[in-house]
Amino acid sequence: MGWRADLESISALMRRAANELLRVPGAAIPGVLAPTIFFLGLTAVFGSLVDLTGFPTNSYQSWLIPISLLQGAGFTGAATGVNLARDIEQGWFDRLLVSPAPRPVILAGLVLSAALRSLIPATVLLAVGFAIGVHWPGVPGLLIAVLCVMCMGTIAACWGTALALRYRSQSAAPLMQAGMLLVILTTTAYAPLALLTGWLHTVARYNPVTQIVEAARQGFVGGVTWGDTWPGLLALAGLLALLAALALRGMRRTAV
Amino acid sequence: MTATDLRVIAALGARSVKQTFRRPQLLAPIVVFPSILLAIQTAGAGRAVDLPGFPPVDNFLSFMLAGAMIQSTLLAGNSGGIALAVDIEMGFTDRLLAAPISRFAIVLGRLAGTAALAGLSAIWFIAVGLIFGASIQEGVPGALLMIFFVVLSGVAFGGIGASVALRTGSASVVQGLFPLVFVILFLSSAFFPDTLMLEPAASIAKYNPLSFIVEGIRDPVISSITWSVFGKAIGALALVGAIGIGLSALALRRRLRTGG
Repeated sequence: MGWRADLESISALMRRAANELLRVPGAAIPGVLAPTIFFLGLTAVFGSLVDLTGFPTNSYQSWLIPISLLQGAGFTGAATGVNLARDIEQGWFDRLLVSPAPRPVILAGLVLSAALRSLIPATVLLAVGFAIGVHWPGVPGLLIAVLCVMCMGTIAACWGTALALRYRSQSAAPLMQAGMLLVILTTTAYAPLALLTGWLHTVARYNPVTQIVEAARQGFVGGVTWGDTWPGLLALAGLLALLAALALRGMRRTAV
Repeated sequence: MTATDLRVIAALGARSVKQTFRRPQLLAPIVVFPSILLAIQTAGAGRAVDLPGFPPVDNFLSFMLAGAMIQSTLLAGNSGGIALAVDIEMGFTDRLLAAPISRFAIVLGRLAGTAALAGLSAIWFIAVGLIFGASIQEGVPGALLMIFFVVLSGVAFGGIGASVALRTGSASVVQGLFPLVFVILFLSSAFFPDTLMLEPAASIAKYNPLSFIVEGIRDPVISSITWSVFGKAIGALALVGAIGIGLSALALRRRLRTGG
């Protein structure tokens, strides 16, 4: 098969994922609802943290919006894993595996659809955010945030796919979602690194997702700089390579 | 209530607790999720205690313990509702209804299970709090009072979960209440003093019955017991409990009348 056939296979799998959303619009609701509730709720509850000395912005909603965007992408990406587990349980995935499409192409089709789907919660969250006073990040800031969201959706989809192939059951869904929630919240989610206390200060310093959060956040709380962007891009590339390799390993080990 | 009713309630309550421990998907929201959120929020927003107007506390963990307990109890109520709905879907409740036992003992059995889980979760969070540096100002009587409030909350919120399960008979509908739990939590003083929250959440939290219950649980941790706080917590629990149990009774009556 040539690259043109591979692209057609990827495109067909992405269309299938899009069809699912068109036919069952409710499927997108959990990925939108949870981050929106957390965004509004945490802003209302912890909004006064901006009064702490050393907090770099006076708008907590602007501080929090990238976390919610990445959370939305994480949930949406993890849902790809849940859907794959359902396809495995129902036998559809076995039929896909006996097709002439190479395994990396099937994986690409699955996870790239998550990148596009993650734009749904992002759009809702940005609309809600701007309505309640999130600072306009500028075009470069917005583009970097969107790039981070799409890549995070893909990373989460690779994570979900690896777990779905390992456990072959939808009952692994909480693990897929909790894993993404944990890596996103153990960053500078609530406050800047200098204001974090205890174990979280250490974990956030070494968690690569902190760099992704900072890259996505920069436009909302200040100006965009290359110095704040490249560590985020590096972390995205590293996590993507690692989790894609893990998912591909699962694909290659799956026997029909 | 007869001795038979009490035996039925105890047996169904024990079944409910065993069922939760056998199914990780029911136990995780009660213990694991609130524990993770407690750890992250305590370390992430721990400097909040330096804010002007924050009540005097030893540390943010001491303040947050009550919030984690009530979050766990709300989720236990939701999980209990899901388990009851699964029983309805699988036909187990129909078999109980055909048995020569009081109908309401069937619901009370489920609530007894939720209350027991809430009590266990209270003990878990007290232990976690004490290990990680929280202190209970009122000592052992304070800890017992916290467990008492959390157990009553289990009955009250379990009643609301059970009423939805009995009304709809659908586990997925009860599961759909999960986000609502967080809306109610965020609109209360569970995680932060209402005086420091942003509007309109601050005003809502001031009158949210959940805030009174949380403050009743928190009071012995951060200060000596205040009778006005105690009274408001009991009043709020009575209100929520009456609503939950009343709605459950109505839903059960309707289910028996219509047959589903």
